[in-house]
Amino acid sequence: MSTQETSAETEDAQPETEPSGSSHQDRRMREKRERQAERDQQVEEDAEAEAAENTVQIKVFRYDPEVEGKQEPRFDDFHVPFEKGMTVLDALIYARDHFDSSLTFRHSCRQAVCGSDAFFINGSQRLGCKTQLVELDDPVRIEPLPHQDVVKDLVVDMQHFYEQMEAVEPYFQEEDLPDAENLEEQRQDPENREKIKMSSRCIWCGACMSSCNIAAGDNEYLGPAAINKAYKFAMDDREGEDLKQHRLNILEQEHGVWRCQTQFSCTNVCPKDIPLTEHIQELKREAVKNNLKFW
Amino acid sequence: MHEHDVIVVGAGGAGLRAAIAAQKAGADTAIVTKLHPVRSHTGAAEGGINAALREGDDWELHAYDTMKGSDYLGDAPAIETLAQDAPEDVIRLEHWGMPFSREEDGRVSQRPFGGLSFPRTTYAGAETGHHLLHTMYEQVVKHGVQVYDEWFVSQLAVTDHDDPEDRRCHGVVGYDVKSGEIEGFKANQGVILATGGPGQVFDHTTNAVSCTGDGQAMAYRAGAPLEDMEFVQFHPTTLPSTGVLISEGVRGEGGILYNEEGERFMFEHGYANNEGELASRDVVSRAELTEVNEGRGVNDEYVHLDMRHLGEDRIMDRLENILHLAEDFEGVDGLVEPMPVKPGQHYEMGGIETDENGETCITGLYAAGECACASVHGANRLGGNALPELIVFGKRAGKHAAGEDLGEAEITTGRTDETEPGEVDSPVSLGAVDTADEDAAADGAAVEADSIVEHAVESERQRVNHLLEKDDGVQHAEIRERLQKAMTENVNVFRNEEGLKTALREIRKAREDYQDVYVDDPSRTFNTDLQQTIETRNLIDIAETITLGALARDEFRGAHWRQEHQERKDDEWLKHTLISWDEGSPDLWYKPVVLEGEDKTYEPKERSY
Repeated sequence: MSTQETSAETEDAQPETEPSGSSHQDRRMREKRERQAERDQQVEEDAEAEAAENTVQIKVFRYDPEVEGKQEPRFDDFHVPFEKGMTVLDALIYARDHFDSSLTFRHSCRQAVCGSDAFFINGSQRLGCKTQLVELDDPVRIEPLPHQDVVKDLVVDMQHFYEQMEAVEPYFQEEDLPDAENLEEQRQDPENREKIKMSSRCIWCGACMSSCNIAAGDNEYLGPAAINKAYKFAMDDREGEDLKQHRLNILEQEHGVWRCQTQFSCTNVCPKDIPLTEHIQELKREAVKNNLKFW
Repeated sequence: MHEHDVIVVGAGGAGLRAAIAAQKAGADTAIVTKLHPVRSHTGAAEGGINAALREGDDWELHAYDTMKGSDYLGDAPAIETLAQDAPEDVIRLEHWGMPFSREEDGRVSQRPFGGLSFPRTTYAGAETGHHLLHTMYEQVVKHGVQVYDEWFVSQLAVTDHDDPEDRRCHGVVGYDVKSGEIEGFKANQGVILATGGPGQVFDHTTNAVSCTGDGQAMAYRAGAPLEDMEFVQFHPTTLPSTGVLISEGVRGEGGILYNEEGERFMFEHGYANNEGELASRDVVSRAELTEVNEGRGVNDEYVHLDMRHLGEDRIMDRLENILHLAEDFEGVDGLVEPMPVKPGQHYEMGGIETDENGETCITGLYAAGECACASVHGANRLGGNALPELIVFGKRAGKHAAGEDLGEAEITTGRTDETEPGEVDSPVSLGAVDTADEDAAADGAAVEADSIVEHAVESERQRVNHLLEKDDGVQHAEIRERLQKAMTENVNVFRNEEGLKTALREIRKAREDYQDVYVDDPSRTFNTDLQQTIETRNLIDIAETITLGALARDEFRGAHWRQEHQERKDDEWLKHTLISWDEGSPDLWYKPVVLEGEDKTYEPKERSY
């Protein structure tokens, strides 16, 4: 497993160019070897103890539309040797690499930034790489994100999510860029940057959308992630008032911000702690203010 | 068969930037990527983007720092291009809406980074790469670039002329991960590889599991040489248990490294008396491992990185993401205790040989970003120089492929009068076990684009069918794990001849085992077993080039340290290592470093920090 430590790494790479003859150095090296021996023994004992009792049971949702025996969804149990610091993703990788290479799930960065591995873990949307097994009740039940079509095992079809993200015109509109002679950034108040900071952390994992009852019932609802994306642009002072109006118009359409019933489920599951519901509420207030202006 | 003017493979920083540039230049552009663009590993970059934006700084200082950082193995035209273009490209990103951190006056912030003579690292918190990636993807959406996401490119469609310099790339073969379909993508004007690094060759790496060096391996097998692959950067501050990166920004903001005895070893043991923690990465990584090897490591494994004295406000403002990473992946609260760190594989300085316009020696084939080697970074990359490389050379490759005139390149590619043959003493035979397995690009004299792409598609379909139909044998996970272990043990920060030869033996074993590899999952639907099996072949080819280069280069330069050869040998080694795939076996040769810049020549000096 790629996350495993190799204790041999630093040992074997030891250069032999260090000055010898220093008794302090010798003593240190001797102590080091003793410590290493003690630790090796400890590691061995720990490993045995763990093997005896310390495995984690994961129950993983399985489905493949074209493989006989997997066309009917089922759960497979895997018993994975537990190690300190092990995450749900580590357990899945272990199960795949040691027990069943057809076990399928998306993952890439292993550090909660690529947003590939949002699963439904023990009844809640979480990132596999960021969820420690010790925090979970055994057996750990791992399912694909609800409210999305399952492609295979834990892989869901993200197409609808991506379409909603792109429906809010999520890009700076300005075309006039400075030429090389006139090189200047736009100014932005640090406070304004702070205001959009949380909204800019979204990693498109889809956990929020999957947790949202409204999105489940209204396929056209933009959903918390897309609205949050729009929030980032609407609140960024650099784009100016006209574009803000334009963005608010997109958001207050029938399937926009007003659909949100402030259940906070999106906020509760967001692995990046983005206050999604608050952002949606703030946009509602902006939209009201906006409409009053013309009233 | 899909058809576009320009096909970009990979959608990290370089790929997205290339696609925007090509599309804006009028070419019908498509991105083919094995992930969705926002999943790309550029998103994990933390520290920042070097660019000379401010009074008191200028591109020449940036170029000088970069040349020194490269240990005089970078090519001056590439380095100067980077330093000259970076300011404009960073400002353009700002105008595209990238949320840079700001000063009180509203201008973008810059901070000090290792090896820099001026604090020119522009950043967005400690999540600069995330913002860079998302901002550029926004522009890709805006410009209507077609994206084929979760399409894994596994082969290039290149003519089979004897000399790579005569070959032409007409497209790629893609595999739709979701459906298992294999299809051709014809490129009328050019193919740009932007597939990132090969970090998965090692097992303790900051790189994503997707970083399998696919573009490098494909280009290599198609005849483009890989340059300076022995130069692998080991980042000094990665979390010991997972390899998760702790940004150099921590040291840039004033973070301090301590050994087990509480000594600030960078100074107290004389590794870098002037710059201390902000010496260049190769220097700091070696210092840390020397501390550990001499018995002063914490738990004999790592050292401590302490940022508590920076205070909560500053940490929350500029390094908040680091707190989350240390907490989530090591269970450590950086506000109340020092963070454990040790060196981990981070970046491949070498890559597909290109000139400063991103062009390889194969007509119509470009490379940009970590998969390419122009060479900007030479023997060691400075922190904060990867992201500007993505945007500068991504842009240039995109423009050039779309037909814009960027002027004649100064850097040569392919074999010329100045190149010389090399030799290396390998304990085992190298290259393909069975040369019949090679990617034969086209048989005979086929030069017509459509038939070349179709031929490549057909050979890929056969290969995939073979892997799926085979009922037993060895699985990729076993081969990959052994390969990663061998590389981490033997081709690490400290290298010696015996270890490198051991690695070559292990790589040979991996190749032989791979002859018997099979895919257990019979499904065409989202078959990651198949995808990883194909990736593993790429890892084997890349591992071999890294190790061969390391064995050939009997000197100590930048990130490449050799136990038997403790000095930089400028008389002999001011040259790039190139390895070409020649009818199934690696062929080693050299070309001189270009130290002549626009209006000065960089004289190699002793490198001290």
